Amino acid sequence: MILTQESIQEIKEKTAKYPRKKSGILPALTVAYRQLGYVDDEIYHEISKVIKVPYVEIAEAATFYTMFPKKSRGKYLIQVCHNISCALLGADSLISYLEDKLGIKKGETTADNLFTLISVECLGSCSTAPMMQINHDFHENLTREKVDGILETLRSEA
Amino acid sequence: MFYSPVITNAAEVASHKDLHLFKYVEDPKQHEIGTYQAHGGYKAWKKVLNGMTADQVTEEVKKSGLRGRGGAGFPTGMKWGFVPKASPKPRYLCCNADESEPGTCKDRVLMERDPHGVIEGMAIAAYAIGCHLMFIYIRGEFNHCRERMEQAMNEAYQHGHLGKNIHGSGYDLEMIVHTGGGAYICGEETALLNSVEGERGMSRMRPPFPAIEGLYACPTIVNNVESLASVPHIINRGADWYGSLGTEKSKGTKIFSLSGHVKRPGNYEVEMGFNLKKLIYDPAYGNGMLEDKKLKGVIPGGASTPFLTPDMIDVGLDYESLQTVGSMLGSGAVIVFNEDACIVWVIKKLIHFFRHESCGKCTPCREGTSWLEQMINRIESGEGQPGDIEKIEDVCGNILGRTICPLGDAAVMPIQSAIKHWRDEWQYHIDQKQCMVKTNFDFK
Ligand SMILES: Cc1cc2nc3c(=O)[nH]c(=O)nc-3n(C[C@H](O)[C@H](O)[C@H](O)COP(=O)(O)O)c2cc1C
Ligand code: SF4
Ligand code: FES
Repeated sequence: MILTQESIQEIKEKTAKYPRKKSGILPALTVAYRQLGYVDDEIYHEISKVIKVPYVEIAEAATFYTMFPKKSRGKYLIQVCHNISCALLGADSLISYLEDKLGIKKGETTADNLFTLISVECLGSCSTAPMMQINHDFHENLTREKVDGILETLRSEA
Repeated sequence: MFYSPVITNAAEVASHKDLHLFKYVEDPKQHEIGTYQAHGGYKAWKKVLNGMTADQVTEEVKKSGLRGRGGAGFPTGMKWGFVPKASPKPRYLCCNADESEPGTCKDRVLMERDPHGVIEGMAIAAYAIGCHLMFIYIRGEFNHCRERMEQAMNEAYQHGHLGKNIHGSGYDLEMIVHTGGGAYICGEETALLNSVEGERGMSRMRPPFPAIEGLYACPTIVNNVESLASVPHIINRGADWYGSLGTEKSKGTKIFSLSGHVKRPGNYEVEMGFNLKKLIYDPAYGNGMLEDKKLKGVIPGGASTPFLTPDMIDVGLDYESLQTVGSMLGSGAVIVFNEDACIVWVIKKLIHFFRHESCGKCTPCREGTSWLEQMINRIESGEGQPGDIEKIEDVCGNILGRTICPLGDAAVMPIQSAIKHWRDEWQYHIDQKQCMVKTNFDFK
């Protein structure tokens, strides 16, 4: 099993309360993604055994949602909101700035596998734009200075 | 430290006799049950359990005039009343916390800073419809909201506000915090139900409406976070009080998420009918245009509502007034932009969103939004052809009113209004193969 005992335990706890087993698909995928940073066929099979839902049903649901990619990405996934409220406050220039700083284009991962940069739809931080999400954390009211600081901290932690 | 640095008008709300949703959102301990209860929390829930019938609760909410804050503005009490009384099936409540309409960031503040207020509202709504298992559907990216809601839920169980035989009433109520997988369409109520069932988040045909056949084909009520958070206040202070706030047909208070080119973007709770111009220019709210540039347009209710031009903003923020000027209150997301924004560029941002988020179930929306995006991108990049505006209008006309869920309409309405208000600019863009105003917004 690639899923850890903790993840399996968490999946079991999270899904126990639902009236139907199939409702456990999203909670299980979420736990798996949080452990691994991706969810692929092999993991669908593992989840299938844990929550006792057929593999096809898991694969069918998982591929609909953007949050369960099949391949893992850089250690830090940088998601910049490019939607209207953020765009009005310079989201496009924020993306270019990150591209320059990281030496990659949107959609790519740095050679050291540390950063992946993508742009995404509204993340509900429109009044604190521009913003980006790095892994689970939101960074809002971004300035060049803030971005520099955040990247530096992440590099030193890596 | 608050998770979100967003500005609110909590100080004004705290000293105001009627505003209530934001009263304690600047209190760093409001999310803890002790503080919430010290501020009068769970009193309404106990009042309901110890002395009101389900029908009385529904009647009270009906009488208050509360309408849904998720976008459609449907009367909340009336919706609850649609749940069939005689049905032997279980009933469910789903609190819609998918908040993903561009511009909208209000439910997040309630969940992060006053999560018990959301749970108390959910519990009362559950009681009113005879539900014993309620869900909150939180968009997957809101990890911090999930943590806050789970923590608050655990506290509510520990204090006996949830669980079996709550406060000796004989009433049982369980709660599940469910998170999404990153899909705007899951905010649409039938797609949300599919998503909870473990299906792809695609909309369902209606009828049957969820109140009759929703989650697991059982009667289900879906309500927005802000709608539900309003309910305890209505129970505590009475329907007459709530009904005295706002305008004739838009009762109570509403949170507006102000974003874009204003000096003080933020979330502001005001009475329904509050003047839009005041929201943008008053120092207590938006404090005027960023860098004192000239206002070009406003989207008053989230990315799916028609634009207003500067001459139209002396208008009340309520369902009817905005309708009178050809727009909608929507989710209460007021997006402001200055004259440096090319209208084709603005629309390009919006149509990209709707094309990306279309669930693909019906052809007019799936194909139509793709065509629209292609044509609009073409114009924006200086390759527009004569007749493109008419073609766009034609495609819009073929989507409007012909789709399974309102996302198709949502994609079309801003485009139609942008063409109506700024047709010359579209024409210029096509003829001159460039923007009338060069859009180049830089971040600080
Ligand atoms: C595409 C689409 C997205 C929606 N997204 C949301 C959302 O994020 N949150 C929400 O409360 N309602 C959303 N709605 C509205 C819901 O379908 C539903 O009307 C609402 O949750 C009902 O709650 P209310 O009556 O309390 O407003 C959306 C509707 C559509 C068509
Ligand atoms: S209108 Fe769009 S989002 Fe709604 S059901 Fe049809 S394809 Fe899906
Ligand atoms: S538009 Fe960027 S967070 Fe909403």
